[in-house]
Amino acid sequence: MRALCDLTAGELAGRLRAGETTSADITESCLARIRAVEDRVRAFLTLTPGTAKEQAARADERIQADSAAAVTGIPIAVKDVLATRGVRTTCGSKILETYVPPYDCTPWSKLSSAGAVLLGKTNCDEFAMGSSNENSAYGPVHNPWDLERVPGGSSGGSAAAVAAGEAVWALGTDTGGSVRQPASLCGVVGLKPTYGLISRYGLIAFASSLDTVGTFTRSVRDAAVLLSVLAGRDRMDATSLDRPPLDYTADLDGEVRGLRVGVVEGTFGEGVEPDVRAILRTAVDRLGGLGAQIGEVSLPNTDYALSAYYLIAPSEASSNLARYDGVRYGLRVEGGDSVEMMARTRGAGFGPEVKRRIMLGTYALSAGYYEAYYGQAQKVRTLIIRDYERAFESFDVLVSPTSPTTAFRIGERIDDPLAMYLSDVFTIPANLSGMPAISIPGGLDAAGLPVGVQITAPVLGEAQLLRVADALEREIAFDAAPHIVGA
Amino acid sequence: MPVEIDIDHVARLARLDLTDEEKARLRTQLGLILEHAAKVGEAAAADVPPTAYAIPRSNVLRPDEPVPSLALEGALSNAPDREDDRFKVPRITEVE
Repeated sequence: MRALCDLTAGELAGRLRAGETTSADITESCLARIRAVEDRVRAFLTLTPGTAKEQAARADERIQADSAAAVTGIPIAVKDVLATRGVRTTCGSKILETYVPPYDCTPWSKLSSAGAVLLGKTNCDEFAMGSSNENSAYGPVHNPWDLERVPGGSSGGSAAAVAAGEAVWALGTDTGGSVRQPASLCGVVGLKPTYGLISRYGLIAFASSLDTVGTFTRSVRDAAVLLSVLAGRDRMDATSLDRPPLDYTADLDGEVRGLRVGVVEGTFGEGVEPDVRAILRTAVDRLGGLGAQIGEVSLPNTDYALSAYYLIAPSEASSNLARYDGVRYGLRVEGGDSVEMMARTRGAGFGPEVKRRIMLGTYALSAGYYEAYYGQAQKVRTLIIRDYERAFESFDVLVSPTSPTTAFRIGERIDDPLAMYLSDVFTIPANLSGMPAISIPGGLDAAGLPVGVQITAPVLGEAQLLRVADALEREIAFDAAPHIVGA
Repeated sequence: MPVEIDIDHVARLARLDLTDEEKARLRTQLGLILEHAAKVGEAAAADVPPTAYAIPRSNVLRPDEPVPSLALEGALSNAPDREDDRFKVPRITEVE
């Protein structure tokens, strides 16, 4: 029998409503799992068991009083780049080691009002920059499926926590694949919604035109439940979209007959591991078996997407991270004058990857180089968007691997930033174009490591995206769990 | 060809202290990354408009009504140094 902490939020909500369990029991189940595995997984930077128990008790009162929402009483983990009032928020960086936000980010604020239970803040690559979690200033997260491997990044702690049963679901952020890629490597569902659908208020900025709050869950339905709570216009985020509230679970009927599915060129190519290709082949066949029409789609400018991303994201980062100046919050290293103080503070407080991206972005934005790098990258962004608009004239959704490889070994790619960046090749286009995309577990490779299938839909096509993902999830019926869960 | 970068100049622009070892490593790594990134120059013709935001919005305004904002103590609660109700910093004059 599975422990409470291994069930989906949907199953748990049903049991809570039926009076078969309590939020206190579910929360204790998660805390017990954390005590059992956390010293090996290291998914969390800060744990909040005390407040979690208080929140669970209040949630149980709400459930008793019949005023519970779908998320009431369900324990969640939140990536440490999302501000939580009174709970330390480090962004995985030494420069914010003691930062305690005086306000809540909008996503947590919404969940908190709905009676969710916060277990703690999850480990991540410093300022969400990375694909392996090795860039955290507090040490790497270990993949629950194989503790010597990375969980992916940058939201690796959130992905690992859900995979290991330390949390029922989790929030992450996705700027170039940081929800979908770790979801793929950890065998859970990772949703990156349309840019602007979820408010970014209180998401500590990395690259503002790309940053998106996303979710880690054990089912597509759970992702739809969370999205229904999180989506919506926020006057604190001028880029948030004005959309009427929607129940994203409404269309999960398993019906995909006649739907046009485009398989992204390169899915079965040389750069993709053979086992990943095989699992993608099976997934595509399953969609065909359900009555979807399958075709191949060519996106001619994809090769340039990675180059554009690694100019645009660092450029925006170099500007956003200028705020860490030792004046208003975070680390300060004293100097003779303010400029010296700033340079010393930043030199001591940022890790190698953040420094690399600040330097890259500063160079790409500097006089004489701006047009050749940043300006050209913005034009390529237009070409990528046009490619996808053309593709969606012929197809309703697109399918590809989430990541070309399964989880790699800790340390394997750390000295080769370019190779690390290449692992984002399938996820970056959705950030450049604002489109929603989801990664669902497709199966395990020969070594027993999870492989993710990515589905992408047009901007604001979440209903269609989730319908296809849910239908495919039912067919795949992925029910494997990491050994660590049973141990 | 890896791109040649004046690391000291860029570090100064970024207000970032780097050790000699960091500078040497960054010079090599950024040169390679930029060589790859320079491919964007091949792709986009002059008549392609740039995209800053995939879903552009403009003139996003809210009603001009006073609402509570962050309280003073909250805003100062993380300050590395303060004097009364202000952030305290070393002198501003730049020493070159």
